[in-house]
Amino acid sequence: MAETEKTIKLEYEVGKEEFSKAGIASSNIKKVLNQIGIDSTIVRRVAIAAYESEINIVIHSEGGKIIAEISHDRIIIVAHDKGKGIENIENAMTKGFSTASNEAREMGFGAGMGLPNMKRTSDQFSIESSKGSDTIVEMIFNI
Amino acid sequence: MENYWHSVNLDITKCNGCTNCLKRCPTEAIRLRNGKAEIINERCIDCGECIRVCPYHAKRALTDELSDMKYYKYNVALVSIPIYGQFHLNKEINKIFNSFYNLGFDEVYDVAKAADYLSIALKDRLENKEQDGPLISTLCPAIIRLIQIRFPSLIDRIIKLETPMEIAARLAKREAMEKTGLSMDEIGTFYITECPAKITSIKNPVGIRKSYVDRAISIESVYSKILKLYPDVEIRKQIQNSSSIGIGWAKANGQSYSIKAKNYLAVDGVENVIEVLEGMELGKLNDVDFFEGYACVNGCIGGPLTMENSFIAKARIRRISEEIGESQFEAIDKAKALEIINLEMKDWIDDIKPKNVMKLDSDIRVAINKMDMIEQIYKQLPGIDCGTCGAPSCRALAEDIVRGEASIDDCIIRKGQEAKK
Repeated sequence: MAETEKTIKLEYEVGKEEFSKAGIASSNIKKVLNQIGIDSTIVRRVAIAAYESEINIVIHSEGGKIIAEISHDRIIIVAHDKGKGIENIENAMTKGFSTASNEAREMGFGAGMGLPNMKRTSDQFSIESSKGSDTIVEMIFNI
Repeated sequence: MENYWHSVNLDITKCNGCTNCLKRCPTEAIRLRNGKAEIINERCIDCGECIRVCPYHAKRALTDELSDMKYYKYNVALVSIPIYGQFHLNKEINKIFNSFYNLGFDEVYDVAKAADYLSIALKDRLENKEQDGPLISTLCPAIIRLIQIRFPSLIDRIIKLETPMEIAARLAKREAMEKTGLSMDEIGTFYITECPAKITSIKNPVGIRKSYVDRAISIESVYSKILKLYPDVEIRKQIQNSSSIGIGWAKANGQSYSIKAKNYLAVDGVENVIEVLEGMELGKLNDVDFFEGYACVNGCIGGPLTMENSFIAKARIRRISEEIGESQFEAIDKAKALEIINLEMKDWIDDIKPKNVMKLDSDIRVAINKMDMIEQIYKQLPGIDCGTCGAPSCRALAEDIVRGEASIDDCIIRKGQEAKK
């Protein structure tokens, strides 16, 4: 145990309206977690949260990134985007509430379950945003 | 794990060391070592992609032989459903079944009959499902093993239901025991197989301790013998006794059709299945009730041990199904069929477990260190995934180096770049 505790940091760029690429970051994170040997129920929760984050960045922002930090006792997923920000976080956290465009809804996204799902699957959830500024969502999963 | 037996195998004398199989393997189970391919046994799911893609026919499936009938006092041929699409329509299907008597078998069983029964049980399972989202079919053993290795979080979605092969073997064994008075071990059940993964399921079953199938012989190996025998075959019995519902299980969509499922998803071809399972793991498919996935294009009729092109076989099965119709299926006593299947399912005692063959270490701290090393090494590699080093991708080489199975000097591209500096 003399070795210092390592943390792996994975970073993925997510582009605005890049619907076809949504899921790449979450699939990669999932693969890494499986290889590290994280319990599959935790992997599933992280994967769902990361995927919802990716979709949110694609739908609502001007682009951003997903960062995964993996250490021996926890996994942190951070979704950081540039964009219009969230005006009313309480509304945004309400199941079914959505500001997604018609276009996004026609593609089957924007059901207003993204943030609630991210909160539900994670052990700790925090969101930082205001109108016109960056949105940073941080989710922690205990191992 | 060291001694994991599986069917897909390499004829080293024929391997010329090309990288075709290396790239196609969905579980990265192949490496080139000293100019020859090598299969990492515990990673192989027997999907048969390498058999299909090898230009030198160096990949094959280990099967049994007709001469193995000598080990039993009474032999039953369990003829797999894809047989329906193998022969020209001018050949009568019941006569094809009867030709197995001429091959030396004492009894012949139409496996599609077991699929008729299973259609009723599958419908029952889906009507009583308790979880949201798709339940996954157990029919394709290669897909089940793929899930064990790559999608462990989906294991609890797999329906606990035996395959037509296994159910047919049990029914046939019981019938033969009653008829002959012989013991279970004296009766040999031979599956006439389309599929190497099903051979592996006989030797290494999932969920049950022991398969009731004793041996497996490929359709390929009996095909020309049957054609030769055909003109002289006498019809002893009406062996073909399944409906178009059971026969449909030979092809992708067949199971969903058999239960008249509405929200189903049928996917064939291992790469396509992987893509859909990725999505399922991310929670994208919660509006689907049933998922049937096949490693082979078009489903089991595309099995690597069949003779006929799977699209031609599919068209023939459609014609035969129209002719045979569903009346046989309607005539089955549904409650009795359910009873038969539930009785046979008593042997399913083990849970399906994840196969952690991709895991880097059992200690999570060590695994994280190793993953970090992989990332560092990966950055030093050219990222062109050429396969010349013997690993399927630069990423896989980085992993092999960390696992102690390869060296960074195996990358000749990097060596060349270093030399130029």
